Amino acid sequence: MSGEVNSETLDKLPLDAWHRERGARMVPFAGYEMPVQYEGIIAEHVWTRTNAGLFDVSHMGQLLIHGTAVDQELEKLMPGDFRAAKDLKPKYSLLLDDSGGIIDDLMATRRGDDFYIVVNGATKHGDIHYLKTRLPDDFIIDYMKGQALLALQGPRAAEVLETIIAGVSELGFMEGRPFPWQGHGLWISRSGYTGEDGFEISVPASAAADLADAMTAHEAVKPIGLGARDSLRLEAGLPLYGHDLDHRTTPVMAALNFAINKRRRAEGGFAGSDRILAEFENGPAELRVGFEIEGRQPVREGALVLDGEGNEVGKITSGGFSPSLQRPIAMGYVAAPLAEVGTSLKLEQRGKLFEARVAAMPFVPHRYHRKGAA
Amino acid sequence: MSLYFTKEHEWIRVEGDTATVGISNHAQEALGDIVFVEVPEGGRRVSKGQEAAVVESVKAASDVYAPVSGEVTEGNQAVADDPSLVNSDPEGQGWFFKLKLDNPGELDGLMDEAAYRDWCKTL
Repeated sequence: MSGEVNSETLDKLPLDAWHRERGARMVPFAGYEMPVQYEGIIAEHVWTRTNAGLFDVSHMGQLLIHGTAVDQELEKLMPGDFRAAKDLKPKYSLLLDDSGGIIDDLMATRRGDDFYIVVNGATKHGDIHYLKTRLPDDFIIDYMKGQALLALQGPRAAEVLETIIAGVSELGFMEGRPFPWQGHGLWISRSGYTGEDGFEISVPASAAADLADAMTAHEAVKPIGLGARDSLRLEAGLPLYGHDLDHRTTPVMAALNFAINKRRRAEGGFAGSDRILAEFENGPAELRVGFEIEGRQPVREGALVLDGEGNEVGKITSGGFSPSLQRPIAMGYVAAPLAEVGTSLKLEQRGKLFEARVAAMPFVPHRYHRKGAA
Repeated sequence: MSLYFTKEHEWIRVEGDTATVGISNHAQEALGDIVFVEVPEGGRRVSKGQEAAVVESVKAASDVYAPVSGEVTEGNQAVADDPSLVNSDPEGQGWFFKLKLDNPGELDGLMDEAAYRDWCKTL
């Protein structure tokens, strides 16, 4: 048996003690000690797909950005249509460098005069620095350190949360608003990163344990660790920054075209837009795709993608065992001509070859609560 | 019959000149849900410290090293077919392979059960 974990200087989450009391195994992640699992990754994964799972994602950065014409300024760094963004409707977007590489992926929501932005934990300090450097000097970037972030995800999430905070079930997918709870102001949006219906809840850190207790008091709710969060998002086909996205990938390569609407494609004017608009025009060299793998052995990040003649044509960026499908699945980049669903390819990991096929994503259908949908 | 353990969390049950090898309960707990096991086929020769089997959990892949040298007489097809056996019965039905010992003297440096369980408490 091999593999040990070093401990370094790590921050603690507001719910650190809460996780330990519930038997969490804590691991270093994004500079924090975080719960990777409680009873086991597969059980937690399946629980979230059938009931409701409570995730502590307080390592993520919550930023409130204030300044004149904030929507137009943000449009210089991200390809979202923030001028048309309605109040209280989160939008998925990407922070870009000047060559179109992805600095981070994030959710941005117009909240009155400000934009509320939730960024990844491992990248938040770099993001803040980049925003400070690139936004006008008189802009205020409030890093809301005092806020915890919880996510309740799964087919029973709405039913459970409604019993604690009346009115939340009226939100549609990608809608948010403030809710009062026991004298605290919460910000709740119907969103998440598991492919299930669910909510993300920004709560003052001092009230986070009480809110987590209120949710887990319901028989449908269990706390879920990072391990299942990763397998759930992989099944949902959702990319993870630092693995499936980084400064070498663009939104078009990453198959995130939906994040750039018609106006922004026509007008450009965002960091890296020359390259990105050219990729829309001519197609990117590589594309992010899913893979179905024969056999039972997981093929993980770092494995090579080979064509029929054994040439290297791509790389796996995330991979693992799908608890829902009971077989290995993966995500990665492949040369664009080989990116069509159904294309047979080989994967190479530790000198061993695996038969694989480009697969449609998500691997497990999304079950978001879209208003107006049947 | 004698039971030995390694610091790499393998166990070795010795009967005569035959050893059965698996991973300890401590090891399966640390790995979490096991989703894939590859065991060596009968006839393969392994030397002490060499990779002999592969075990993969949801999170990670690990090699299982041969704790002693010898010729593999049998790999456990049951764990290859149902890797969760390693979680549910790691030191029983979840064994990985059996081998014929080259040199019983290689067992001398290994821990007995009491020493291993005590050592695990210090980890």
